[in-house]
Amino acid sequence: MDELRELYQEIILDHNKNPKNFGELPDANHSSEGYNPLCGDRIKVFLKVKDGLVEDIKFTGSGCAISRASASVMTTLVKGKTVQEAEELFKRFHDLVTQSPQAEVNLEELDKLAVFAGVREFPSRIKCASLAWHTLIAALKEKQEPISTE
Amino acid sequence: MGIQNTLEGSNTEIPEIGALDVDKIKQDFPILQRKVYGKPLVFLDNAASTQKPLQVIETIQQYYTAENANIHRGVYYLSELATQKYEHSREIVRRFLNARSLKEIVFTYGTTDGINLVAHAFGRKFIKEGDEIIISEMEHHSNIVPWQILCEETGARLRVIPMNDNGELDLDQFRNLINSRTKLVAVVYVSNSLGTVNPIKEIIQSAHEHDIPVLVDGAQAVSHYRIDVQELGCDFFVFSGHKIFGPTGVGVLYAREEILETMNPFRGGGDMIKSVTFERTIYNDLPYRFEAGTPNIAGVIGLGTALEYVENIGYEWIGAHETEVLQYGMNVLSEIKQIRFIGTAQKKAGVISFVVDGVHPHDIGTFLDREGVAIRTGHHCTQPVMDHFNVPATSRASIAMYNKKEDFDALVRGLHKIIKVFS
Repeated sequence: MDELRELYQEIILDHNKNPKNFGELPDANHSSEGYNPLCGDRIKVFLKVKDGLVEDIKFTGSGCAISRASASVMTTLVKGKTVQEAEELFKRFHDLVTQSPQAEVNLEELDKLAVFAGVREFPSRIKCASLAWHTLIAALKEKQEPISTE
Repeated sequence: MGIQNTLEGSNTEIPEIGALDVDKIKQDFPILQRKVYGKPLVFLDNAASTQKPLQVIETIQQYYTAENANIHRGVYYLSELATQKYEHSREIVRRFLNARSLKEIVFTYGTTDGINLVAHAFGRKFIKEGDEIIISEMEHHSNIVPWQILCEETGARLRVIPMNDNGELDLDQFRNLINSRTKLVAVVYVSNSLGTVNPIKEIIQSAHEHDIPVLVDGAQAVSHYRIDVQELGCDFFVFSGHKIFGPTGVGVLYAREEILETMNPFRGGGDMIKSVTFERTIYNDLPYRFEAGTPNIAGVIGLGTALEYVENIGYEWIGAHETEVLQYGMNVLSEIKQIRFIGTAQKKAGVISFVVDGVHPHDIGTFLDREGVAIRTGHHCTQPVMDHFNVPATSRASIAMYNKKEDFDALVRGLHKIIKVFS
C-alpha cells in the first residue's frame, strides 16, 4: 500500500475533490480539448494569453483523481507565468513522470509538481497525469477565437 | 468423423468430473494459483479474456514440441498429423455449435476478424446504396465499426435498436426499423459492458419473417451458454477462442452453407485456391475458401481442447454455478450505498458494471490491483453504452466458471478501502 499512498497523496485527493480554476473561461483566446481514448477521460483547457503572459487559465472535464489533480495543480502553477515558463514547467513535469521510479527527485526544483512523483510506479496512469499538460501545450500552440458563451 | 481414434500423439486427458467442485476446476488453471503484489490473484476480468486450463496449455506445448508442421500441403508424417489435428478441431467446433456441416465452420483470428469477414465477403456483395443494416445500441465497437466502414463505401445506412435504462433492447422499435431496405441484422447475444442477455431467438425470428439474415456476436455468450446454431436459426455466429479458455488469435465464424457459398472471397492467398494462373484463379471449396494463408494452427488445436474442456464440465453446472456467484456479487455490492449499477436487465450473464459516487473507475482499478483484484475499468469498447448512461467509464467485474463467491468478498473489501480514502 505504500506506493498507493505515494500516488494518492492528500494534496492530490484534495485537488481532486476541490479542483482549482475549474470551469469555463468566457474571454479565453486559446483553448484545446484533450482526450484519452483508453479511459474516456476528457479535458478542456482555456487560456487568456496577453503579451506572452498567461493571464488566466481554467479547465473543465471529467477524469480520474490523478488527471483532475494534475489539471488543477497545473493551472495554479501556470497562471501568471510567461508562455516560455509554462513550456518549461511542462518539460519538467514530463521528465518527472517518465523517468525511472528509482531516479532522484529534486524537490526544490519541482516544487508543487513533486507530488506526482508517485505516478512513476504506475505506468498505466502516466497518461492520466499528463493529459492536462499535453492539452495546455496544444492550447498554447492553437490560437483560437475567444470562446463564446452564446 | 472418426479422426480422433486414429490420431497418434498424446491427446491431453480431460478428467471426468463427477461431483463438480469449483476448487477442482480452479486447480486446472495454473495462473489462478499465483499471487499479485503478494496477494492471491482474484481474476474478475473474464469478459476481456479468460484464463487457460493446463489441458489447453499442454495441447499447445505438445503441438510445438512434437507435431509442428504446415497443414494441408505436406505429404510427410508431421504435416499429415498437424492437418488431422487441425481438422479434428473443426469437428469439435461443429459439434460444439451443432452446425450441420464442417463446411460451415471457418477458422478466423477472433470475433472482430469474423465480423470483418462477413462485412467484406457478404456485405460488399449484397449490400448496396440505400440498403440498411440494423445493429443495437449495446454493440461492442467491433460490431459497429466494420458496418460503418461498409456503409461509407457503399452508401448504405446504419440503423440502431435503442435500449432502455435497464440496458434491455426495445424489440418493438426493432420491428419498426425493419423494412424492405434492411439487408442484415447484426446483434450481440450477451453484452460485454452490461451483461444483458438479449432475446436473440426472437430477434432472429422477426428478421427471418422478412428474409433478413442475422449475424450473432457470440463473443461473451459462449462461455456461459450452450450454443445450438440450428436451434437459434442464425445465419452467422462469431466468437473468439480466448474468451472461452482457449488461446488468443483464433476464433470461429459459423455461417449457413447456402450463404457462405454465395459470398465473395475475403483474403486472397494460399490454401483458399484450387488453381492459380495469371489469367484465372479457381477458388477452393468451403470452408477453405475463407482461410487464406497459414492459419494459427496451434491456436485452432488449442481451441478444440478448450471446447472439449467446457463440454466436459457441462453448461448445466456452469449455468447454475455462475448464476449463484453473480447473484451473490450483486447482493454484496448493492450493500455499498455509494454504488450504482449500470445494466440491470432482467436476464443477465457474467458481467456486473457499476460506478461509485465520487471515485473514478480508474482510481478504483488501480486500488483493487494492489489488492490482487483484477477488474476492468473504462468504456469496454462500448462508448455508445457509456453515452446512454451518461458516464465516461464504469468498473466491471466479470466472472467465469472458476470464480467463487469469495472473489466478490475481496472486491467489496477493496471497494470499502477506496471509498474511505476518497471520502
